[in-house]
Amino acid sequence: MIRKPLRPLALVLEARAAGQNPKDIERENIRARQEQARDASRSRAESRLLVLLLTFLSLFGLVAFQMGVLALSDASEPTSSYSGPSIVAQRGNIVDREGRILATNIDTYSLYATPQDMVDPEMAAKGLVEIFPELEEQDLLRWFTGKRKFLWVKKKLSPEQKQAVQDLGEPGLKFGPRELRLYPNGSLAAHVLGGASFGREDVAAAEVVGVAGVEKTFDDFLRDPARAGEPLQLTIDLSIQSAVERVLQGGMTLMNAKGAAAILMDVNTGEIVSLVSLPDFDPNERPPLPTSGSPTDSPLFNRAVQGVYELGSTFKIFAAAQAIDLGLVTPDTMIDIRGPLKWGKFRITDFKNYGNELSVYDIIKKSSNIGTARLALQIGAERQQDFLRALGFDEKTSVEMVEAKGGKPKWPSDWQDISTITVSYGHGISVTPMHLAAGYATLANGGYRVTPTLLKQDYPQRGPRVISPETSRQVREMLRAVVKEGTATFGDVEGYAVGGKTGTADKAKENGGGYYEDRVISTFASVFPAYDPKYVLIVTMDEPELATEIEPKRTAGWTAVPIAAEIITRVAPLLGLRPEIEPKPQTGVTGASN
Amino acid sequence: MTEMVYGALPAHSGDPVLPRWWRTVDKLTITCILILFGIGILLGLAASPPLAARNGFEPFYYVQRQAFFGGLALIVMLIASMMDPRQLRRLSTVAFVITFIALALLPFFGTDYGKGAYRWYSLGFTSLQPSEFLKPVFIVVSAWLIGSASEINGPPGRQMSLVLAMISSGFLVMQPDFGQASIVLFSWGVVYFVGGAPMLPLLGIGALASLAGVFAYNNSVHFARRIDGFLSPDIDPTSQIGYATNAIQEGGLFGVGVGEGSVKWFLPDAHTDFIIAVAAEEYGLILVLLIVALYALIVMRSLLRLMRERDAFIRLAGTGLVCMFGVQAMINMGVAVRLLPTKGMTLPFVSYGGSSLIAMGAAMGMLLAFTRARPQGEISDILGKRNRR
Repeated sequence: MIRKPLRPLALVLEARAAGQNPKDIERENIRARQEQARDASRSRAESRLLVLLLTFLSLFGLVAFQMGVLALSDASEPTSSYSGPSIVAQRGNIVDREGRILATNIDTYSLYATPQDMVDPEMAAKGLVEIFPELEEQDLLRWFTGKRKFLWVKKKLSPEQKQAVQDLGEPGLKFGPRELRLYPNGSLAAHVLGGASFGREDVAAAEVVGVAGVEKTFDDFLRDPARAGEPLQLTIDLSIQSAVERVLQGGMTLMNAKGAAAILMDVNTGEIVSLVSLPDFDPNERPPLPTSGSPTDSPLFNRAVQGVYELGSTFKIFAAAQAIDLGLVTPDTMIDIRGPLKWGKFRITDFKNYGNELSVYDIIKKSSNIGTARLALQIGAERQQDFLRALGFDEKTSVEMVEAKGGKPKWPSDWQDISTITVSYGHGISVTPMHLAAGYATLANGGYRVTPTLLKQDYPQRGPRVISPETSRQVREMLRAVVKEGTATFGDVEGYAVGGKTGTADKAKENGGGYYEDRVISTFASVFPAYDPKYVLIVTMDEPELATEIEPKRTAGWTAVPIAAEIITRVAPLLGLRPEIEPKPQTGVTGASN
Repeated sequence: MTEMVYGALPAHSGDPVLPRWWRTVDKLTITCILILFGIGILLGLAASPPLAARNGFEPFYYVQRQAFFGGLALIVMLIASMMDPRQLRRLSTVAFVITFIALALLPFFGTDYGKGAYRWYSLGFTSLQPSEFLKPVFIVVSAWLIGSASEINGPPGRQMSLVLAMISSGFLVMQPDFGQASIVLFSWGVVYFVGGAPMLPLLGIGALASLAGVFAYNNSVHFARRIDGFLSPDIDPTSQIGYATNAIQEGGLFGVGVGEGSVKWFLPDAHTDFIIAVAAEEYGLILVLLIVALYALIVMRSLLRLMRERDAFIRLAGTGLVCMFGVQAMINMGVAVRLLPTKGMTLPFVSYGGSSLIAMGAAMGMLLAFTRARPQGEISDILGKRNRR
């Protein structure tokens, strides 16, 4: 700050000449300037105080005005003016492909207590325990006489229970309206639907949110108020789902399996007509997450889309299809299958000795590991991996269930030639049954990549071409031969020309370190009708053991195949397929030597 | 001369204390304050029994406490109003140091009463909120600093007081108590404004304040929720503000009748932050307008008296105090009518609260002392003794 000169020189000199003290001049000077500054600041403060005064006056006026506006407007009931961030309970129905209800809502009530309004807490607790035996009287009494002013007693009441509580006549027990998600078919399609529970809730309403399956995937869609409860239509067919589930459940019991899964899918559109994973659960009373044991054994675990398994010999057809498509072999090319095939420290053997050489056609039919390994070695690791990627075996499926995100395939961490060999017959690579369904659909439908979906498709999917139509036709003939005279003869259903491939894979131990000798995953991947495939059906069983035979049978031919045949017998008519006499194989293509 | 300039003639003029006080004090403001206090007791009779019942006291427990603390506050006010400004300035400076230290030590010795904010010292029978006492004495100290800054060769009071304001509000923000912090900053801003602030820094302070608001919004869930609630066009009827709005609407012009209101049963803060809603419901718009008018009258009257004041310190201190008083009342009522986001702020003299009542009594006592009629050098103006060059 630049200070003003305090000593006007002329004045000081003048004073000196007059014999006065120059300091007086100085003091007088400062005083005068101080006066001036004060006057200036006072007048400025005066105007600023006026500004303040007017501001306050207008603000107080505004408050008063607003008070008047509010006081003279009509009061509205607090509960009726629900808007803004209120809870929207509306949730669309889920229906099957024929429009039959899979999930809907019913109006119900929840029960809560406000202990300070209670007349007789002891009677209330006693009465409640009579109505809901699962409640503890001691707990209730403690809550009702404690400090809490609000507590939920039951989240869902049946009309009878509500009436009974009402009859208690306790003013401190109150009801809040609720929309309850109801699955009228019980456990049917439980894994597809998933389930719903309450999200945000208050006394007047509660949000129903999806917690699993399509309920979660399409949560926003189902809750979208703009759609006003328009239903979500799935590709599932209720009656077919029911049939598949019944047969699979029966088969699982018969085979003493601890789990099973089935997928029925349209080979052209990728529409999933039925998806079953057993054991299952009732989405109306969704069980809590398991706290002990392997999560993959929980009823909540969706084996069809979540479980990744080594699916064994079902993979052989991929090696054969690729080798044919690349022009390396024809179905008639003879392959040396003398065993055991030694590769480094590994020995590859067959289930039985099939002789010195087999045609590609017979390798599939008899399911020769050595033969498939030879094909894979001809193809080479790189082309094999490309083919698996083209089938979508390298990433999780995009099927519309949240659980599908958990089904990421497992590839060998270090892909060596031995991996190429084992992968060709389905070991060392783990995928979900859903992947397998998509892969078989692709081979069967003329060679187009298929993406499985739960939403209705208007047209056949035309994904990238993976194999040529001619290869597809030859693959179908080989698959048909497996059922007609190969490892899956139990799978033949007259009139529906089932084609397929079995797979029996030893189960890997959970904690690593090799495979169980007596536990298998047996799988049957089938397409039907083989001459013009419409559907692919995957049946996979976890640790089946058919004890009716002399020695226990575990192979897919004895376990998964008969179940698949039973399923096809039941659902093919429901699918609208007519039993037909199969056309004769065209001569000269397969060289029907066998 | 010096005495005239620096105001406050010494009291040994032979004029007895009480008559002189009665002659010079702003009797209208005292009347208004007494009426407000009476209204506070009246509303407390209605608003606090539910709270007393909840906490297991006899119905008028809080009214008795309110009367006790109110009496104390009025005594403090009268005593303060009898002191002369220089005494007040000294006392305030000492008190500022004490409250400032008390504030700084709150995180170590304070209690939060389960509310998550360490704002109180527990004294057993009552609790003490240092921030309430800090506000008035801070204003007096700031006014002194800023007032003396305009003197030639004066200290850099503006910067010093800004530092004090920043540190004090910093402590308050840490508690966290954004309401008191903003009141401290606001009071300082008013004093600075009247004390001759250049316009540019004022704008800068405004920008800084909005920045602080944005920062608080982004970093405090508590704060953000309140702002969101305010900005959303719909009122959640189960929130405090929803009940308050409903109460004001129910009350209409003449109210639902004494003791007939229901909002006091729903609002946990019916006796403090939302007392105006109780007033509106039971006594109607009439009483609310009366309350608004009383506050407006006190503010207007004091500001008008301060406009005549020649002493910079007295002018600034008085302005700061009355503006703090006015803005607190305005925020409290503005919240109830949804002009402002929800902010816990007591309605001076009407709301229940020990610390706030006594502190407000002290503040208004000082204000009364500063607005007392005193010679303003008019005579010397007339006589033209002040020779100007």
